[in-house]
Amino acid sequence: MSAAPLDSKQEILERIRKAVDSVGNRAAEYAAIPREYRREGAMAAEAKMELFAARLYDYGTSVYRCTTAQIADAVAQALSARRRTGIVVAHGVPASWLPENFEFVEDDGLSYTALDASNGVLTGCELAVAFTGTIILRHGPGQPRRAVTLVPDYHLCVVRAQQVAETLPEAIRRVEEFRSTPLTTISGPSATSDIEMTRVKGVHGPRTLDVVLVS
Amino acid sequence: MSVRVGKAAEAPTFAQAARGMLGNAQLRHNVRHATDVIRARRAHAVGETADWQQLRDSARAIKDHVLRHLDTYLEQFETACKAAGGKVHWARDADEANTAIVDIIRSHGGTEVIKVKTMTSDETGLNPALEAAGITPIETDLADLIIQLGADKPSHIVVPALHRNKAEIRRLFMEKMQLPELGERAEDLAGAARRYLRERFLRVPVGLSGANFAIAESGSLCVVESEGNGRMCLSLPKVLVSLVGIEKIIPTFGDLEVFLQLLGRSATGERMNPYNSIWSGVTAGDGPQEFHVVLLDNGRTGVLTEPETRPTLACIRCGACLNICPVYRQTGGHAYGSIYAGPIGAILTPQLQSMKHSQSLPFASTLCGACYEVCPVKIDIPEILLHLRNKVVKSGGAPLAERLAMRFAARAFKNGGRLESAQKLVRIAQKPYVHSGSIERLPGMLANWTQFRDLAAVPAESFRQWWAARQNKEKK
Ligand code: SF4
Repeated sequence: MSAAPLDSKQEILERIRKAVDSVGNRAAEYAAIPREYRREGAMAAEAKMELFAARLYDYGTSVYRCTTAQIADAVAQALSARRRTGIVVAHGVPASWLPENFEFVEDDGLSYTALDASNGVLTGCELAVAFTGTIILRHGPGQPRRAVTLVPDYHLCVVRAQQVAETLPEAIRRVEEFRSTPLTTISGPSATSDIEMTRVKGVHGPRTLDVVLVS
Repeated sequence: MSVRVGKAAEAPTFAQAARGMLGNAQLRHNVRHATDVIRARRAHAVGETADWQQLRDSARAIKDHVLRHLDTYLEQFETACKAAGGKVHWARDADEANTAIVDIIRSHGGTEVIKVKTMTSDETGLNPALEAAGITPIETDLADLIIQLGADKPSHIVVPALHRNKAEIRRLFMEKMQLPELGERAEDLAGAARRYLRERFLRVPVGLSGANFAIAESGSLCVVESEGNGRMCLSLPKVLVSLVGIEKIIPTFGDLEVFLQLLGRSATGERMNPYNSIWSGVTAGDGPQEFHVVLLDNGRTGVLTEPETRPTLACIRCGACLNICPVYRQTGGHAYGSIYAGPIGAILTPQLQSMKHSQSLPFASTLCGACYEVCPVKIDIPEILLHLRNKVVKSGGAPLAERLAMRFAARAFKNGGRLESAQKLVRIAQKPYVHSGSIERLPGMLANWTQFRDLAAVPAESFRQWWAARQNKEKK
């Protein structure tokens, strides 16, 4: 009796098993991987906020620093500076962030075309990383849809002090529980280095990113 | 079973191809300019990362670990991906992968697909397969768009159109996008691409991607990019297909903390690339509601077989070894005859094809060791090159003198234990056939490069010292 031919999966796994000697305790081996890199930040709160803001400036992002009570004012200031009279509001944005005299459109499943025609989007975020100037968005129920933070040409993001981690490892640990929901990290506006290796702002994602930084 | 790496099997030898490239002054200028810019930026981004070496050590240890347990991690990935609502396909070779992808798109009656840069799809020759099936692939990465519109070939693994300068791109866009007017700044060109692709992003219902990392524990993929075309392809279509080489696995979500710190800095010299997308299966109310992963072997399990060559699979495709390589900078990427150019291409392309094709590639190096120094996952490319040269020589693929030289080197390698630097080894290897004065004439010599002569191009002094001195002289 000849064995049935292996299907692709079995054959690939078979080849791997033949090629490597995978005996040994995998979990123990994994735990023994050296991790001597920096896993904890050491900065004081204000220094960390300043570093984050400086990194954002480097990306060409405007940063509006304010207190919790001033968020709506900061949003108004940012919108006025960009000559916006209204903007789409993503899931998870509290009403207290919205200033008067602007037109806000709730995202109740707006079409891509509607998002494309919009003046931008206001969102919160899950976390941020000071060292790299990175914002981490979490998607899924009660959170901004991926399309909402992508199709509009302008993204205004509110980041609160307690959301700012100094290093990427700290941030990764804090979002780990959401590892099965979609996550997007954003470090400055859409850009390309494809033309003579020079970073050019503004390709397909939002060409302008502004941040309201709350302490 | 047939392994295909783009059209590498049909490519001329490196030496033949390189000769043509060396005659093209514009191309050499473009490549040198672009790699100069990126090298300076990388050096700065790496310089401000105090724990760079520790990150490299961890990255390499993680990759080594994964490769030893690849079977287990792949099955773990499959289970988690399915649990999250994804479908997993396994492809032994390029044709199996292409067929699976064509079938998925056809089952939706799709006639177009939006693609975010995936080198793996270039490797399998997916675009021709799609076209043969009546499906139009739309490349959305700016560089890939430049390549596609110009019916050109990629020449770099991160910036595939690096051999094209601004003026050339502008002319191409004006002609192909039918723009009577277009500004000359890079911003204008990026803006033209934005307008050209936007309608397609919003309309085409099938997206296709590769992945930079596949996370075993959560069944997630991670795509690293800059322009936002990746986010468009990954989150707007109804159906998403991702083609992923089996070596892209990392064990845990937490391991991203290592790789995401290394990749952007190494690839484009940024603290972090503008966008990373991470997702697992499908998410109700957000993004594609049907998701397929095609796991591709295509020769990778063969590379796994030898412990000496296995680290080749640790590569995260950052391109740093290309940018630093004196040979790549002279010849550009096309000379390598493969979508995988530069030092990594010189070891990866022939191995994926079981050393049956592209046998001249392991000789397309001076073994100066610069690639190893910049590699974020510490792949000792010179060591692997020597190992592969040895194999080519043993199989009768090189003339007698070279065979002797290689054997000599191999013996020294064995007896000397693990040599500290590739340079040391090379100085031994080259002794039997140093050509008189060849070193003074390297760039000229490159033009006359015969297939197996390049070992002679390493001087007794460090190649890099010599090279630096020569570059300075050239500038003056
Ligand atoms: S071999 Fe190393 S340096 Fe070269 S592309 Fe791969 S990861 Fe980057």
